[in-house]
Amino acid sequence: MKVRAWLGVPSVLTFMALPAYAWDLDALMHGLAKHEGGHARFVETKKIALLDQPVVSSGELIYTPPAKLEKRTQKPRPETMMLDGDELRLERGKQKFSVRLSDQPEALAFVDSLRGTLAGDRAALEKSYRLVLTGNEEHWTLDLLPADPRLAAFVLRITFVGSKNRVQRIRYLQADGDSSEMTIEPADAK
Amino acid sequence: MKGNRAAVLVWCFGLAACLLIIWRSHFTADMSAFLPQRPSPSQQLLVEQLREGNLSRLVVIGIEGSDPAGRAVLSKALAAQLVASGLFSTVQNGDATALAKEREILFANRYLLSPMVDAERFSVAGLHGAIAESVDLLASPAGLVVKGLLTHDPTGEMMTLLGALDPGDGPASSHGVWASRDGRRALLMAQTNAAGSDTDGQQRALDRIHAEFAALAADHADARLLVAGAPAFAVASRAAIKGEVERLAIISAVGIIAVLLLVYRSATAIALGLLPVLSGALAGVAAVSLGFGSVHGLTIGFGTTLIGEAVDYSIYYFVQSREGLDADWRREFWPTVRLGVLTSLCGFASLLFSGFPGLAQLGLYSMSGLIAAAAVTRFVLPQLKPPGFRIRDTAAIGRACAPFLGSLARIRWPVLALGVGTMAVIGANHARLWNASLTDLSPVPAGLVQIDQSLRSELGTHDRGYLVVISAPERDAALAAAQHLSAHLQGLVDQGVLGGFDTPTRFLPDAASQRARQEALPDRAELAARLRQALIGLPLRVDKLTPFLDDVEKARTMPLLTSESLKGSSLGLAVDAMVLHRATGWSVLLPVRPVGDADLDTQAVRQALAGERDAAFLDLGAETHQLYAQYLDEAIGLSLAGFAAIALLLGAALRSWERFVRVLAPLVLAVLLVMAALTLAGEHLTLLHLVGLLLTVAVGSNYALFFDQGDAIGQPRTLASLIVANSTTVIGFGALATSSVPVLQAIGITVGPGAVLALLLSATLAGRRPA
Repeated sequence: MKVRAWLGVPSVLTFMALPAYAWDLDALMHGLAKHEGGHARFVETKKIALLDQPVVSSGELIYTPPAKLEKRTQKPRPETMMLDGDELRLERGKQKFSVRLSDQPEALAFVDSLRGTLAGDRAALEKSYRLVLTGNEEHWTLDLLPADPRLAAFVLRITFVGSKNRVQRIRYLQADGDSSEMTIEPADAK
Repeated sequence: MKGNRAAVLVWCFGLAACLLIIWRSHFTADMSAFLPQRPSPSQQLLVEQLREGNLSRLVVIGIEGSDPAGRAVLSKALAAQLVASGLFSTVQNGDATALAKEREILFANRYLLSPMVDAERFSVAGLHGAIAESVDLLASPAGLVVKGLLTHDPTGEMMTLLGALDPGDGPASSHGVWASRDGRRALLMAQTNAAGSDTDGQQRALDRIHAEFAALAADHADARLLVAGAPAFAVASRAAIKGEVERLAIISAVGIIAVLLLVYRSATAIALGLLPVLSGALAGVAAVSLGFGSVHGLTIGFGTTLIGEAVDYSIYYFVQSREGLDADWRREFWPTVRLGVLTSLCGFASLLFSGFPGLAQLGLYSMSGLIAAAAVTRFVLPQLKPPGFRIRDTAAIGRACAPFLGSLARIRWPVLALGVGTMAVIGANHARLWNASLTDLSPVPAGLVQIDQSLRSELGTHDRGYLVVISAPERDAALAAAQHLSAHLQGLVDQGVLGGFDTPTRFLPDAASQRARQEALPDRAELAARLRQALIGLPLRVDKLTPFLDDVEKARTMPLLTSESLKGSSLGLAVDAMVLHRATGWSVLLPVRPVGDADLDTQAVRQALAGERDAAFLDLGAETHQLYAQYLDEAIGLSLAGFAAIALLLGAALRSWERFVRVLAPLVLAVLLVMAALTLAGEHLTLLHLVGLLLTVAVGSNYALFFDQGDAIGQPRTLASLIVANSTTVIGFGALATSSVPVLQAIGITVGPGAVLALLLSATLAGRRPA
């Protein structure tokens, strides 16, 4: 509804029910859910007040719908983060960390923002966030606003920017003012 | 007659003394009966661990039912109550607020604890590298954790310490407390103040857990408590043994009294007949208490079996003696009974030499019990017998059975052939004849073992029992050696030989290591100067790192970390579990883990330790197994020696090869038949079956001697006494065979059939040949 209001689509056109104009949050989610996964390159820039310059990292994302996501950072240091179902594993040199997400409700909500969006799982997203969609199918922006105060204590807003069923940019705005932005480009056509 | 009255006085005095000793005795039901009295050095450690060690104090607790939130509330409340009770050194339930203390200790002491801290780390290049790494880590998803610490800990020492904690192995949690992976249980661990050898103390602690939970769970109708762990095992074993002993004593007493009532038809006779039994049992317990300092529940349980044998003496006396002619009985029958008693004593004396305290207690108990019972029968009963006392004539029983028992002599050759057959059965099965496992003797109910295993695996405390042990005269020296050895072990982990290992030096390094780290820290001005250089090219300013300068300055002069500073935290608990004060000095235990579920390559570990003088590798599972195998070997040897002593005694007393063979053959055959039958029934023989076989020989020797010397077939009274004695024995041991305590069941199932066989075989083989 909001989307249509924002687009200012005349009611007569709505009545014609052209698919292009029926595009809304559900349609976005539906489209995202159809994403078959694959490889993508990412560049992530973190702006941290403590540091004079942003920290930049880059590497590869591998997404296997609906619940498996691997983030292989190549620069500045090789590191692998593997998200598989309930398990979050982090490997960095010899060090390995493993977190069961169900143990950590905040981390789960955080991870679900990413996973829920990639998988187009609206219900999962709405468990922890208020969703605000702007833009159109070709260029949309989805804001996730934490509903849980415990989550809001460290992240203020998560923003996904994309086109059709492809996410191009993810922005995290943290409660302490630090932020990070990740841009994503497909590495192979799927 | 005066002297004989003195016998009654001595008896009364003796009984009073026994009662006094028993009243003051300490009764146990712990593992001590299964532990060696004279352990080897590596067994010593095993024994200490089982008696006093942390594992012997660890209670594992599960809460089921209710809902996850309800269980979490119960878990927290129960933990708080248990801590307040003062009966537990620690209670853990995964409550994160409880772990805050551990993080605080680690953070405050990070410059003493981190193995990365050295002069190199705090050089300009070292600082640059470490800080660059921390900045890089900010880029990672873990950056959120690091960011808060960066100004205090730019070199990332805390991350090093946390990384070593290996959080992946811990239990899952739900609603802030530990929970099983399937989410059906909340989990807790508690450590009793009472050591494993203090069953009373552990029982109090367990009772408290149940009581506190019952009070808390009033609001959670369907919540259930599961309690396991070594203390629960000790308490359950004691309860099981106590319950069984009471039940069996009642069953066998009722059965035996019923038989005696049937035979004697006289309450006086029954009362008199039980006197030797009671005297024997009291003397046995008192002797064990004096000889061993404590009496194991199993020994008492065994006491009920003694009823079966000791009651025989009074039966022989009453049934065999004719009215008023005690002198005749003393002349005709007493020598045979006496020889039977001596035979039994020979058998049990061998057990006295066992390194297995349980067996040695049994030996002492049986010997003193039998001597007391026989002496009371011989010297006291005749005095207490009222004038004109007589029991019903029992010759009819003997006469009724004589034709059948007499006819058995005709099948002596087939029976001997059967004996050869049983030897073949035993020979064919000799490889699996003996059971080499100690767990089969454990009286712990199987259900409790199952709960224990499931709680442990959920808690991730499933210990595989591989330890590297380091010994030194002083605690600090032992820690230093452990620190040194950790490097070797880490090498094995890197090579993929080990999955991992624990060392107390992670939380409590030796003083020299801590001091070396302190000395590697530059003073404030120097550190600030180095930082300015080190930060060139990094996006971080010195002025942001004031907290770091403060913390390092403080760490340079802070007091070293001691076991005191860890007290009350789970870090202290972990250290205490690994650092033991022993009679010989200090030992550090480093538990090592195989890779995944694979077996440990013990060879590789032993090789890696070969150069270390004070380090030894210990496989507790193998050690326990070996311990038991050693007991079994020893017991078999001792039993054979006992049997040889019996043979010698009989040879000396009978002075005739023919009679010697006649008396011994039924006993040997009875033993062989029972062994073969148990083997064919799929039983693996344990130590206690062996004791049962020894008892069979002890009881059976009386029968064989009476058939040999007393011409039992021709004398109805003698035959009747044997039949009555045999039926009481079968009742006593038959009751044991129904026991749920494996140790008692093993004896019962061996002696019950063994006694019947011994009687029948004595009739077949030991009787005088018809002219």
